[in-house]
Amino acid sequence: MHIVVCIKQVPDSAQIRVHPVTNTIMRQGVPTIINPYDLFSLEEALRLRDRHGGEVTVVTMGPPMADTALRKCLTFGADRAVLLTDRFFAGSDTLATSYALAHLIAKVSENWGAPDLIFCGKQTIDGDTAQVGPGIAKRLNLLQLTYVAKIENFDLEAREITVHRRAEGGIQVLKTKLPCLLTMLEGTNDMRRGTMQDALRGARSEIITWSAADAGIADLTLCGLRGSPTIVKKVFAPTARDEKAFQIKVADKSMGDISEALIAEILTRQPVLDQELTKTAAGF
Amino acid sequence: MNDKAKAPAAPAGKGRANQKKELPEHLKSYKHVWVLLELERGVVHPVSWELLGEGRKLADQLKVDLGAVVLGPPGGTEAAVTDAFAYGADVCYVVENPSLVDYRNEPYTMVMTELVNKYQPEILLLGATNLGRDLAGSVATTLLTGLTADCTELAVDADGSLAATRPTFGGSLLCTIYTLNYRPQMATMRPRVAPMPVYQSGRTGRIVRHDVSLPEDNIITKLLSFLPDGSTDKANLPYADIVVAGGLGMQNADNYQLIRKLAGVLGAEWGGSRPLVQKGWIPSDRQIGQTGKTIRPRLYIAAGISGAIQHRVGVEGADLIVAINTDKNAPIFDFAHVGIVADATQVLPALTEAFRKRLSVAAAAAE
Ligand SMILES: Cc1cc2nc3c(=O)[nH]c(=O)nc-3n(C[C@H](O)[C@H](O)[C@H](O)COP(=O)(O)OP(=O)(O)OC[C@H]3O[C@@H](n4cnc5c(N)ncnc54)[C@H](O)[C@@H]3O)c2cc1C
Ligand SMILES: Nc1ncnc2c1ncn2[C@@H]1O[C@H](COP(=O)(O)O)[C@@H](O)[C@H]1O
Repeated sequence: MHIVVCIKQVPDSAQIRVHPVTNTIMRQGVPTIINPYDLFSLEEALRLRDRHGGEVTVVTMGPPMADTALRKCLTFGADRAVLLTDRFFAGSDTLATSYALAHLIAKVSENWGAPDLIFCGKQTIDGDTAQVGPGIAKRLNLLQLTYVAKIENFDLEAREITVHRRAEGGIQVLKTKLPCLLTMLEGTNDMRRGTMQDALRGARSEIITWSAADAGIADLTLCGLRGSPTIVKKVFAPTARDEKAFQIKVADKSMGDISEALIAEILTRQPVLDQELTKTAAGF
Repeated sequence: MNDKAKAPAAPAGKGRANQKKELPEHLKSYKHVWVLLELERGVVHPVSWELLGEGRKLADQLKVDLGAVVLGPPGGTEAAVTDAFAYGADVCYVVENPSLVDYRNEPYTMVMTELVNKYQPEILLLGATNLGRDLAGSVATTLLTGLTADCTELAVDADGSLAATRPTFGGSLLCTIYTLNYRPQMATMRPRVAPMPVYQSGRTGRIVRHDVSLPEDNIITKLLSFLPDGSTDKANLPYADIVVAGGLGMQNADNYQLIRKLAGVLGAEWGGSRPLVQKGWIPSDRQIGQTGKTIRPRLYIAAGISGAIQHRVGVEGADLIVAINTDKNAPIFDFAHVGIVADATQVLPALTEAFRKRLSVAAAAAE
């Protein structure tokens, strides 16, 4: 069995700071991490491999430094890592990204066999669109199962998979054929630590690095900025509210008095709540 | 107002960002604004009505029709069509087929692609729900057009292009995105980002029925069953009138119960910041913020929450935000309307008691 997992290296957005004057992102020194949502997919892929045999290939499209994210995946136990990097990819939106990744995956198939499953993260924390996965599926003409809460059944012989998919108001139990593309919901599993051997292997292994040409991408006009139908016209900071919060006086007052003052303030500002709460009360 | 905050930064795409719209000839006939109604198990997701509200404004500005796309099983779309007109649609594109009884990516993508190619809308809006996101990515890729996900604001600019604004870099910044030379211009918006439009009873419009051939045998993915969520304790944060939430300032899971007690008295929903989910004090469907739920209640009470940007973007639509925090410099006081600088573990029990008293008086008066 062969599973391909798409991961992305992202800035740890908890630590992103915006330059107060220029409104630009201060990237210097911001640590990068593997997109947290991708780890749930990677772990699920590793579990399937452990149970059914085969190989897990992790892939990413990104700058050369994204190799550290791939190496980390090897230390978790992935078998192979491929980095697609080229200046032509700069400025890719989701459509251009899925174009490049679909080619990358096609080339991976040529070299190491067509994947039975492809995993993507539910979404990234920087792009945050949740669109690249469905985009790849469409480009490779694969079926897709997104927001998977649980893999209920995986039958490699029959080439079938049954999953629990999160939908509005409940769970869809869906069955489809392999090959297909999955995205896992967060919290569905815990990323393993990786064995000592994996750690050593990960540290020593070479990250296979391809350019656009290596991946067989002939039409560069479909890559990067040029291949992106969307363009970012402007970037700006959210406007601050004009005034700060009105503060309820607390000095020398009892909690009871503070509470009464707060309730009065709430009901003055939102008179309709008074009626609604009365209705709630009447329903007791 | 802070001037710096308003000043746009350098355009991101350099020359390309200033590029003019020059629509290829074959796309010039694309007109009208569309919203996909998310009709599942007989119920339309409210985000679809919110989108009709936004779509109405765009259509009025462009002086075009607002269309609602209604997909469902035979005989299963009537109520949705009536409501779509009442919420502002001028025309409903109705496709009824047994294979559309439940959402599945394959048939939905096929039908949406077919409808777009035939009737050629210039703007197509979907909810940023699991359904909308699953479908939008497939449809946009099939049509090879641009898609802007999770928008917080939609507008039409002077030359008629869709200006879609969304948070970027974890919500620290906003960016406005255009789809210049492709049609339709696609965008998704999260539930509760836009207000509900007014329901105009009796408002009607045109119905366009479209037949598709969708032999079930050709659809590979099968729905084996649907397991509805248990009705007890099911969080409905996005549509709650009152939300009470706690953050790390509640200190421990026991203290967090003070939040639930106040919520209980107010008939409110309860939730919290992301760290509480990570600590296991609350389930993940109760997380409020960028990676949790967007809420839009009349009243939001936040206790022991610092007000990080990722939390803020999820609560800004609340009519009234009350913050209780021991730190008078906590960022939450920058966007809360009413603040109390005090220990939440002391304020909450007193506040719960005061509300209880007030409500029992009200209840007695109502009898
Ligand atoms: C990609 C990404 C996505 C994220 N998404 C979300 C999201 O969706 N939602 C979310 O909430 N966060 C999200 N976060 C996390 C966010 O950045 C903050 O870390 C988080 O919101 C902080 O939670 P908090 O306010 O509970 O804790 P803290 O920031 O630690 O604040 C605790 C507050 O409690 C106050 N306090 C302490 N004791 C008391 C007391 N006795 N009484 C009253 N106040 C007290 C303190 O003064 C402090 O202000 C995200 C982060 C990242 C990187
Ligand atoms: N540059 C990339 N390289 C590899 N995988 C990616 C890349 N961008 C997105 N993905 C995959 O697509 C998922 C969804 O990304 P997004 O659409 O940006 O939210 C991610 O979780 C990844 O699995």
